[in-house]
Amino acid sequence: MNFIEKIMEKQRPLFEKGGKLERFYPMFEAGETILLWTNERTKKGPHIRDGLDTKRFMMTVVVALLPVLIFSMYNVGLQHFKAIGQTATFMDAFSFGAWKVLPLVLISYAVGGLWEVLFAVVRKHEVNEGFLVTGLLFPLTLPATMPLWQAAIGITFGVVIGKEVFGGTGMNILNPALTGRAFLFFAYPGRISGDQVWTAFHSSTDKLVDGFSGATPLLVASNATGETATHALTTHGFSFMDMFYGFIPGSLGETSTLMILIGAAILIITGVGSWRIILSTFLGGLFMGWLFNVLAGPENSPIMSLPSYYHLVMGGFALGAVFMATDPVSAAQTSKGKWIYGFLTGLLAVLIRTVNPAYPEGMMLAILFMNVFAPLIDYYVVRANIKRRLSRA
Amino acid sequence: MSDFKLKKGFDIRLVGEAEKRIVELPAPKMVALKPQDFRGLKAKLEVHEGDTVKQGTPLFYAKSNENIKFVSPVSGTVKAIKRGERRALMEIIVENDGQNNSEKVDVPGREGIKTAGREKLQAVMMQGGVWPFIIRRPFSKIALAGDTPRDIFISGMDTGPLAPDMALVMEGLEDDFQAGIDALAQMTEGKVYLGIDSRAKSAVPAFNQATGVEKNYFSGPHPAGNVGVHVHHVKPLKSGEVVWTVKPYGVAMIGRFLKTGLFPQERVVAVAGSSVKEPVYYKTITGVSLEDLFAQNGITDEEPRYISGNVLTGTRVLKSGFVGFYDNLVSVIPEGPKERKLLGWYLPGFKELSHSRTFMSRWFPSRAYKVNTLLHGADRAFVMSGDYESVLPMDIYPVFLVKSILANDFEEMEGLGLMELDEEDVALCSYICPSKYDFGGIIRQGLDIVEKEG
Repeated sequence: MNFIEKIMEKQRPLFEKGGKLERFYPMFEAGETILLWTNERTKKGPHIRDGLDTKRFMMTVVVALLPVLIFSMYNVGLQHFKAIGQTATFMDAFSFGAWKVLPLVLISYAVGGLWEVLFAVVRKHEVNEGFLVTGLLFPLTLPATMPLWQAAIGITFGVVIGKEVFGGTGMNILNPALTGRAFLFFAYPGRISGDQVWTAFHSSTDKLVDGFSGATPLLVASNATGETATHALTTHGFSFMDMFYGFIPGSLGETSTLMILIGAAILIITGVGSWRIILSTFLGGLFMGWLFNVLAGPENSPIMSLPSYYHLVMGGFALGAVFMATDPVSAAQTSKGKWIYGFLTGLLAVLIRTVNPAYPEGMMLAILFMNVFAPLIDYYVVRANIKRRLSRA
Repeated sequence: MSDFKLKKGFDIRLVGEAEKRIVELPAPKMVALKPQDFRGLKAKLEVHEGDTVKQGTPLFYAKSNENIKFVSPVSGTVKAIKRGERRALMEIIVENDGQNNSEKVDVPGREGIKTAGREKLQAVMMQGGVWPFIIRRPFSKIALAGDTPRDIFISGMDTGPLAPDMALVMEGLEDDFQAGIDALAQMTEGKVYLGIDSRAKSAVPAFNQATGVEKNYFSGPHPAGNVGVHVHHVKPLKSGEVVWTVKPYGVAMIGRFLKTGLFPQERVVAVAGSSVKEPVYYKTITGVSLEDLFAQNGITDEEPRYISGNVLTGTRVLKSGFVGFYDNLVSVIPEGPKERKLLGWYLPGFKELSHSRTFMSRWFPSRAYKVNTLLHGADRAFVMSGDYESVLPMDIYPVFLVKSILANDFEEMEGLGLMELDEEDVALCSYICPSKYDFGGIIRQGLDIVEKEG
């Protein structure tokens, strides 16, 4: 027995039936099984079981998110020093950003985790590992300037209303992280939209450079008048490659398409994320963008003529396609269903961006909308399977 | 004749495959018949402890049909009758006296099989104890005498972990196998289908020479050899239809019995798995005790698990237990270690067999792995999607099916293909499940509901 095992075994009686802290057994179980792999054995056939469990499954998503998280810390700093017209070293930018990003991540894990454990204790079931992902994904959808108390309210709403009221992980219809973000978006629109929130600075002490706008590329493209959207982007200093690498203002995790693609590669290679959903979401976005290009006339708003591949690197499209639309619980579950679900998600996102002038970020609502429709898509795929069974010779 | 190339599935490659040679064991001291081997059987005893029995003497019969007898494989004394929970019959143990006294049944003989007719054949097969080799689908229980199956399916391949080599198991049984087919052909108005492994390293003469069957060729990872998969692809079960399935060894045993009138006591059993000192094939007797089976062998692990059958679908037996009626394999693997690995669930996993590519082992597809009985996780809600379909080579959505069973949705479960499945077909779904669902148990729960209601 190793050292940690000894410590854990010493505490165990406290939490087991009859122990003083019996009610908090789910907390003990969660901590203990994270530290030490279970030694529970199979009782009957199958006598052997795969090494994969939900912890490893979810942790793989967390690992895939790490490049995004680390880049976001750097970029928050970069945008800050750009706004005040200073050049900063990588470490300066990174540490500035870390001070903005890490509190949001910590508050998300702490408050969300508290709810998670509370529900586990009341319902007497184990703490579900899905929270490992939700707790990290949620802050990455927020701007760096989000007040911590609002983030706490957001993750509370996401976990409680987005997940627990449906019965917990595995039963939820909506992606909990996005539910939380949507709540904040409608409750505190001033803190999560417009052009003032994406860059972190102190309005009283920091002196902004001339011509600083703070608008995200998506906002720039959407508000462009009298010039092409790409031209508007260029005059604001957003080249396609900048947007691809992620040196642009925006929500923490959404800016760098490159980092998101690294995450996508991890998800696809390990088989944890559905390549069907990721691919079809991108295809749906490209298709809709292309369709608008074809339909666009000179009298239409310039964003209609934005080359469709721009959509993929702007706003939350890539982050949503790779990490939110693929949430296996709230997405479609059948292979055919995944193609339809992903394609429509991408299509809707670009549709909302293009035709809704008040709200240029369509990805969040597109995914939530398709979350609601995923069971319906699956329903028809499954019906077709039943019909096929009845009709075969 | 068709060629089916199946892609879905997963081969579980384990250390300790049996060496391809047959060792003849001395006559075992103890053998047993285990009523629990026969799914859904209510057994009625015909003997008491201390009774003298012969090879072929009925030990018990089926309550549902008293003509279906289960006979002693050897002559000797009924040493013990063991009962389990709620007095369920577990083991009827016979001590072998080595005299080979036998009770013969009046059978048609090799020449008479083709002309004997269904009624006569069924009657003697039941009396002689070989009827239970025939399994009916759906439900995977012993065939009902009154049924006329649409077809009869024989799978001549076993793709399961550490599966015994068909060529070795069927060696010398060519004519017995043919005799069995001749008999079975009279039980159905349809065809007898034989599924053959098109990649088989060593061809099986018994299968290649067989006549009066329609041969289909299959290739692909496990469970490509499952008879349920063959039925699904060759001619799927429709509502209300019944097919029978027989394992090839069972076909040969039926044939031999109809030739001789003696219960065919002989059985080739492979002992395999990483805990077995010398994995090899033994020629011994049906229902042999593990003590006899391992008399000349050794176990390398301190705490092994003995499994009659393969590690996915086999039955756990004790060291003092016996080999199952249908099994040609005993797998022995170490029990999971008590010592818990620090952060073990997130190690790279070079040595951990897994279907998931989050484990490095998945990137070395041809290596064999050592496994133990750890559950590797705990019960959780479903979170993974899509992977279950990838290990079930049928047009079936296992998770939707399982959810319909848990919701007790009678029509839905039938519509989603419940009747085409049994435990062994979904064993890989349970194996790969990160939420550790027992698909087989739930499928059986559904089959029980359907059988009861309809």
